[in-house]
Amino acid sequence: MSTNNATDGTDSSLPGRIRSRFEGPNTIGESRGFWVGFLVAVAALAVYPVFGGGSQMALFMVLALLGLSLSVVWGYSGVLSFGQVVFFGVGAYTFGVVSINFATPGGITGAVVAGVLVGGLSAAMLGYFMFYGGVRDVYVTIITLVSTIVLYTFMAQTAGSEWTIGEAALGGFNGMPDIPLLTLGIEGASYQFIYNPFPMRVVGIGAFELSPFYYLVLLLLLGTYLGLRALVNSDYGRVMVAVREDEDRTEMFGYDVTRVKFVVFTLGGAIAGLSGVLYAARNVYIDPTVFALQFATLPVIWVSLGGRKSLLGAILATIGVEYLRISMSGELALVLLGALLLVTILVLPGGFVPWIDETVVPWLRGLFGTGSPDTPQAPGEVSD
Amino acid sequence: MSDTDTDSDPDSLGPNVRQTAAEIATGDRTATLLQTDGLVKRFGGFTATDEVDFSVDEGEMRCLIGPNGAGKSTLLNLITGTYEPTAGSVYYDGHDITDHDPHERVERGISMKFQVPSVYGDLSVRENVRLPIQQFADGTERARLVEEAIEAAGLSGYENVDASQLSHGQQQQLELGMAAALEPDLLLLDEPVAGLDVAEREAIAERVTRLNEEEGIAFVVIEHDTDFVASIADEVTVLHNGDVFREGSVEEIESDPEVQRIYLGGEA
Repeated sequence: MSTNNATDGTDSSLPGRIRSRFEGPNTIGESRGFWVGFLVAVAALAVYPVFGGGSQMALFMVLALLGLSLSVVWGYSGVLSFGQVVFFGVGAYTFGVVSINFATPGGITGAVVAGVLVGGLSAAMLGYFMFYGGVRDVYVTIITLVSTIVLYTFMAQTAGSEWTIGEAALGGFNGMPDIPLLTLGIEGASYQFIYNPFPMRVVGIGAFELSPFYYLVLLLLLGTYLGLRALVNSDYGRVMVAVREDEDRTEMFGYDVTRVKFVVFTLGGAIAGLSGVLYAARNVYIDPTVFALQFATLPVIWVSLGGRKSLLGAILATIGVEYLRISMSGELALVLLGALLLVTILVLPGGFVPWIDETVVPWLRGLFGTGSPDTPQAPGEVSD
Repeated sequence: MSDTDTDSDPDSLGPNVRQTAAEIATGDRTATLLQTDGLVKRFGGFTATDEVDFSVDEGEMRCLIGPNGAGKSTLLNLITGTYEPTAGSVYYDGHDITDHDPHERVERGISMKFQVPSVYGDLSVRENVRLPIQQFADGTERARLVEEAIEAAGLSGYENVDASQLSHGQQQQLELGMAAALEPDLLLLDEPVAGLDVAEREAIAERVTRLNEEEGIAFVVIEHDTDFVASIADEVTVLHNGDVFREGSVEEIESDPEVQRIYLGGEA
């Protein structure tokens, strides 16, 4: 999984070499302007809670992780999965069950790790039987969709007292309340991230409170995004894209296509599991609606609208669509979302963010006379 | 890329049926690289290949011809592992590779160019070429090999062009270049000049001949174009109704009335 190294004709300074790890033909943004804009956006997100709405934005960012999990599986490896919510929900329930049974800082920290691992393991199990069983293309989509329906139906009937794991009652449609507050660390050296705002006072703005959970999610989203950028621009990422483009051709270049799909599907499951853990932690509650068909469809809509071949598109579309959904009344939001999806598929099949990158950004460059990106070629295209 | 350590390998069963005692005695022979043994492939009630015994020597240039439906592409897919045989075995470089996945066969030294140009349309020419080369080369060595492969494919100046924007002939050259970039010992080509004009056919013939003569790559080429076959082939195998019908030199095959008859639609 070595990544590209800029050795010839590119910026050999430390920032240049760091940047080259995150740039390449598989992602948008190869200019200093992009990274400056990126830092401004991160800074804007960092100060966003000062002006209110931090809790809602934290939820959007948690869901953006779910969107990223589908982007890497579908957009970069060509496996259209309707099952990301399976791993999301399994991660969330695992976090709930483990943290309720081990409600100490160490236990809750372990529950976070367990949620991510079980999300990844459940993806590995499903992926193993699908990919090594020779299931391909639309049949993967059907199986993953059916998996969500099976889990939804199963979890909905777990209301009885017999559906208890240790101290944790699964609760059927009533869900699993009383999930302990997210606290990371060990006994005596821990920090509570939920319902533990830290007060601030800034001249000109006044007093306000900031949620540590918001910043935890922001950091995790940032880390996941940059990590996936490095991955998809690495040699392994190039193989992922090749698998998406033509499985048979890639196999005949000596790559184990089945293993690539299995590994990426497992990684996607782990990221979805992380998203589920944070979702349950934020709400201090989880119920089977996370496996419902409507929720299972949302990641596909986010990624389609933003651009399935764009990690940034997945994040921006998730935040945008969820803001729209929450801002509008339920039925109207669904109608608008459906219409938006139809228009995107018909007019911008590549999604909004790649379209902006291909049309609006060059136009702006022309307008302001900033010329082409400062790296004339992707670093990996000059030398490996 | 061939593994010649056959003594210690439990799969080492390869029958060298093409070598004769006289050849062995004089040393005037080349080793069998590929051998199929009674290869059968059935699709439901249809038998696509019927106990095919077929072999290719190291560095040989062999063309595979036959009417449509003769089983040529099926045989190639059985050699690459894309299809699992109903019965029979495939030996490569002395190893039984019948149960090997396609990517494992590639690691042993088999490469293939598909019938329909299989290039990555959304990726640039350079990104396309880098895919096979990154398997075994890194750093400046990789960069050098990529540039050489692009130049050898006649695509200098198109490095950053998406492969989908290339002409059909350029895509054929690109895929041939990618398949050859793996530095295989055996390269399978499925109708490499289909849909190409005369100049493009000559360019492909020249490239294939050079790869064979200068790099020692053995070829199995499926082709209907007799002029192209005559221009490149050492030996020709004729498939008919899923089995080997004739084998011989280009001249022998061209002058065989039975071969002419099956091509013209008569009964063999």
